[in-house]
Amino acid sequence: MLKVENLTVNYGYINALNNVNFEVNKGEIITLIGGNGAGKTTTLMSISNLVAKESGRLTFKGADITNLPPHKLVKMGLSHVPEGRKIFPALTVYENLIAGSLGNTDLKKPQINELVQKMYQLFPRLKERCDQGGGTLSGGEQQMLAIARGLMMDPDIIMLDEPSLGLAPIIVEEIFELILKIRDEGKTVLLIEQNASMALSIADRGYVLETGRVVLEGTGKELLNNSDVQKAYLGD
Amino acid sequence: MKHFIDTIKSTYGKYKVIVWIICSLLLLIFPALIPSNYVMGVVCRILFYATLAGSLNVINGYSGQMCIGHAGFFCIGAYIEAILATQYHINFWVLLLVGGIITAIIGGLIALPTLRMQGIYLSIITLGFSEVVRLIALNWTSVTGGAMGVKGIKSPTLLGFTLSSPKQYYYIFLVIGIVFIFVTNRIINSRTGSAWISIREDELAARSLGIEIKKYKILNFMYGAFWAGVMGAAYAPYTRYIDSTYFSLDEGFNILSMVIIGGQGTLIGPILGAAVVNSLTELLRSFSEWRMVAYAVLIIAMMWLRPQGLVGASDSVLAGDKMKKKKIKVLAKEEK
Repeated sequence: MLKVENLTVNYGYINALNNVNFEVNKGEIITLIGGNGAGKTTTLMSISNLVAKESGRLTFKGADITNLPPHKLVKMGLSHVPEGRKIFPALTVYENLIAGSLGNTDLKKPQINELVQKMYQLFPRLKERCDQGGGTLSGGEQQMLAIARGLMMDPDIIMLDEPSLGLAPIIVEEIFELILKIRDEGKTVLLIEQNASMALSIADRGYVLETGRVVLEGTGKELLNNSDVQKAYLGD
Repeated sequence: MKHFIDTIKSTYGKYKVIVWIICSLLLLIFPALIPSNYVMGVVCRILFYATLAGSLNVINGYSGQMCIGHAGFFCIGAYIEAILATQYHINFWVLLLVGGIITAIIGGLIALPTLRMQGIYLSIITLGFSEVVRLIALNWTSVTGGAMGVKGIKSPTLLGFTLSSPKQYYYIFLVIGIVFIFVTNRIINSRTGSAWISIREDELAARSLGIEIKKYKILNFMYGAFWAGVMGAAYAPYTRYIDSTYFSLDEGFNILSMVIIGGQGTLIGPILGAAVVNSLTELLRSFSEWRMVAYAVLIIAMMWLRPQGLVGASDSVLAGDKMKKKKIKVLAKEEK
């Protein structure tokens, strides 16, 4: 579904990504893991064209999307939930959700309302807090809101950037269960995580990034049992 | 106090239609109730500034861009009306639209190179723009009359009546104000308005949600400039004479302070801000220079005690129960 070929990104003279290749198939949960500065976030940012690419080719559903601006990507069904949640704190939960649907101009009012109800089903906590300011939610709820907002544009693939960032372990578990649920709804998930054990345990396949290169790839299980991965990321 | 407010609210809820009819009637016959032309002049100024501050509020309050050179847009609208009316005798009502449209185009041109700028940098550009416009008005003598200004701007006519006194002008400003509030309300609640608010809240997040930042920012500037142009065009024949001193930086800050005192990002805010600032200016007229001091103290106190403005965020009584209404709407939908 989404194919990344020879992606290279430079920040000035610093090389952030070097010939990264990976592929996401429909209905999969794919995870990119790696330490700080490995280039995980940069990968997502360059897919949704928020940073400039040096070289490389991106295809999504068979179409070349290498140089498409973000608003066109959204229409094609690619949603990016940025790192650090970035919800709109002064808007209510409901308004945040509506903002998520703005980018996809194909959506009409009844469809948007339907999507809101669907989000409330998927995230019952957001329903309870639908008229509360986004900034007053707890960290976990804010993350749920960010994911729900990303789903509001009715994407085919949703890219999540560190959804577990700064959350208590029990909340992290809840978030990962939600990710599984989202997959079961028929969405494809590209997940970027530092929490490697959790991410690999729910992922169909995974890629390990190190200083801008893909150094390892395999199914979630394979990577979990790989001794290098265990040493570097799982702390065994 | 809370009980008192609740009583008012419930009474309002019961007699909503009647309250609206009485208010509109009052607004209609208002000039007949006030005999003094001086008071009517102040009322006209309040109405006029309410719309002008409202148009700035669209830019500053809703999309979070920081424009402080609104006097520049106002100036362009006023000069377009003044020049075209005195030299080419074009109808006032046509010029209202022409002034608005040309100013909107210029607003769009200003927005283009400043798309990447935010906050203080954008403020400096708009400030510079406002001064450039004023200096052009001052020095392009062959067209604008230079320091002499434009004299003898004709009063508008409607169905054979000439509208010249504040009492008659009241209706022009009132109608423009109502149209402005109506149209802006529709836009704010549409996709465009939501996009503006998202940009104000977090530009990067808005971009990752697929909102076309550039398009909506330019639209926002053009819409704000449009109404400033319309108000400029309405203002020129009201004073009958304009020159560049009307459109100094002071004027720009004056408009800005009404938006800030009233409350940015609310429709009522600028109206209230215009009312407070203009009444205060009149009340303190006898204190001459001390007026400015009182004015400064007011702004400092506002920033300290209520930075969100008089109407401000949703907790204010004046802002209404917007949240409550929404919740009811959502719940009603679920029950269906």
